[in-house]
Amino acid sequence: MSILGSGIFKGMAVTLKNFVGSYFDKERLTTKEYAWRTDDKLPERAGDYPKEEAEQLRDTTTVTHYSRNFPMLLHDKGEPMDTVRCVACQICERECPPQCIYIEKSKDKKERGGNKAQFYPATFDIDVSVCMSCQICVEVCPFDAIVMNSQFELSTPDRFGGLLLRRDDLLKSNDYYHKIHPEEAAARDKRIADEKAAKEAKKKAAEAAKKKAAEAKAKAEAEAKAKEEAESITKPAESTADSPSPPPAEPPVEPDRPKKEGGTE
Amino acid sequence: MTAAAPNYELIQQDGLETSLLEVSMGPHHPSTHGVFRMDVKLDGETVVDLKPVFGYLHRNHEKLAENMSYLASMPFTDRLDYFNSMTNNWAYALAAEQLIEIEIPERAEYLRVIMSELTRLVNHVSLVGFFVNDLGALGTPLLYAFREREKILDLFEQASGARMMCNYFRFGGLRCDVPEGWLDRTREVVDRFPKFLDEYEKLLCENEIILSRTQGVGNLSKELAVSAGITGPMLRASGVNYDIRKVDRYGIYDRFQFQVPYSKGDVGDCYDRFMVRMLEMRESIKILNQALDGIEDGPIMGNAGKVFKPAKAESYGRVEAPKGELGFYLVADGTPKPYRFRVRPPSFINLTVLRDMCIGQQVADAVIILGSIDIVLGEVDR
Repeated sequence: MSILGSGIFKGMAVTLKNFVGSYFDKERLTTKEYAWRTDDKLPERAGDYPKEEAEQLRDTTTVTHYSRNFPMLLHDKGEPMDTVRCVACQICERECPPQCIYIEKSKDKKERGGNKAQFYPATFDIDVSVCMSCQICVEVCPFDAIVMNSQFELSTPDRFGGLLLRRDDLLKSNDYYHKIHPEEAAARDKRIADEKAAKEAKKKAAEAAKKKAAEAKAKAEAEAKAKEEAESITKPAESTADSPSPPPAEPPVEPDRPKKEGGTE
Repeated sequence: MTAAAPNYELIQQDGLETSLLEVSMGPHHPSTHGVFRMDVKLDGETVVDLKPVFGYLHRNHEKLAENMSYLASMPFTDRLDYFNSMTNNWAYALAAEQLIEIEIPERAEYLRVIMSELTRLVNHVSLVGFFVNDLGALGTPLLYAFREREKILDLFEQASGARMMCNYFRFGGLRCDVPEGWLDRTREVVDRFPKFLDEYEKLLCENEIILSRTQGVGNLSKELAVSAGITGPMLRASGVNYDIRKVDRYGIYDRFQFQVPYSKGDVGDCYDRFMVRMLEMRESIKILNQALDGIEDGPIMGNAGKVFKPAKAESYGRVEAPKGELGFYLVADGTPKPYRFRVRPPSFINLTVLRDMCIGQQVADAVIILGSIDIVLGEVDR
């Protein structure tokens, strides 16, 4: 046992080391800088953020691009409602654990970005006072329409309506998404492109197969017809009239095979 | 087994009108770590009787989970013990994975271990900070602890998008892979951590004030600890070598070399509980180093389907959470919702011996005894 109080002095040496060290070593600093908003006026609603998106980005520089806060709706280039990806399928509304999403499907369908006409959300509300940022809506969305925003300065003086984000507040462009989450957005775009390419390739393959099948069918029909004619010459047909033509992909019927079987196969 | 309150009829002697003083500590007392109340009966400064009152933070977790799909309960488990959302996720995922046949990829297993050991560092380092805070060292050790915790929370944010409510585990794997360079950043944090621990030990472990305040205070005997179902560092501080990572070897814990620190003596006082946690952090760093060496690229999600609909079955999944044994008991009835969802919270069960530890101690010691149990009210009340 050393002299009484030596433990305390040892500890004090540590605090002194940390105090002095904090001027030279960033790792010893206990605080992080926070980017305060420059104007002290609070917006009436969380959606009415008084700044442009670019300014918001500059303002939230302390938020890393890994931060995920509340959901937003993505739209591609162009007018938000003309290019919104959401088709109001309401899967997110159903899966949301705290039930903070409210969607109303549109009555009519609208064409967007060269795709076939789809429904769109007539109402899409997210109550951010209920949302718990679990990202399950992002996970379940089959259209990559809902992703997480990192905007965190959402305080308003109105705690009821003020924290309800409406459809138009939630709509953000894909470019904005690329700015706040570059890695994730790039990965998502790549996946969408891959899926689209795969789908098109599949479609092309299906079309080619269809074409081939049609050709084969035509060929088979022609051959069957020729054979029929040939057979009708050798002996009178018994059942050719009621037997349908053979399946398209099938090889031509063997000449020594009974005709009936070939028809019902 | 429980300690009996001493006979205090002798108080009224010498013609003095004295009586026991009943003090309500909490629910908004800074020492109670949340909304928790202790009804303390005092004779002067000595605690004669103590009644813990809780339930202020009850939010119906179990019943809520019975009314939603299996996956939808996952974010709610984050909110049980909000310091350790990763281990909470793991316990629930383990329970649910027992209900269905599911293969967990190698990389996911490694990441699970890394996440849960980082969680253990976060929990123990801030617990020690809070504990010393309760002793009266306001701020300094706690802020050092939070400074280090912040670095690990940054890692969590990079992996999952959230600092505390991570919601990162899924049945059959993880929600998403870690971003590029994450493992290197983790390695940096893990490499720096022992240096911080050295400093932290120098700051606290030999401090005479801490020694005299914690040694011999709040003794918990081995027998009482075992019969009360205490788990985690608190049980090990009482001298029982029991760690679910070693007993169950869930996940891939059988691949790692690590030791389980436990107290050799049979005192089980506050200092033991404090030291067990300090030593456990060193072991966590060992596991982290091995896991970071062993991890390889690969998928992070198994063959789980989109719809989780197990057949009729029961399951119990448990992990060694930083506070003790965290278990989830599930009864499936063939629908997409669990029929029964029960949590075995370590904080709650460890709290049951509070009265036995506090009787006969000073009222100021009751505060640090509570601090040494390591409770989080989100888990106690559920």
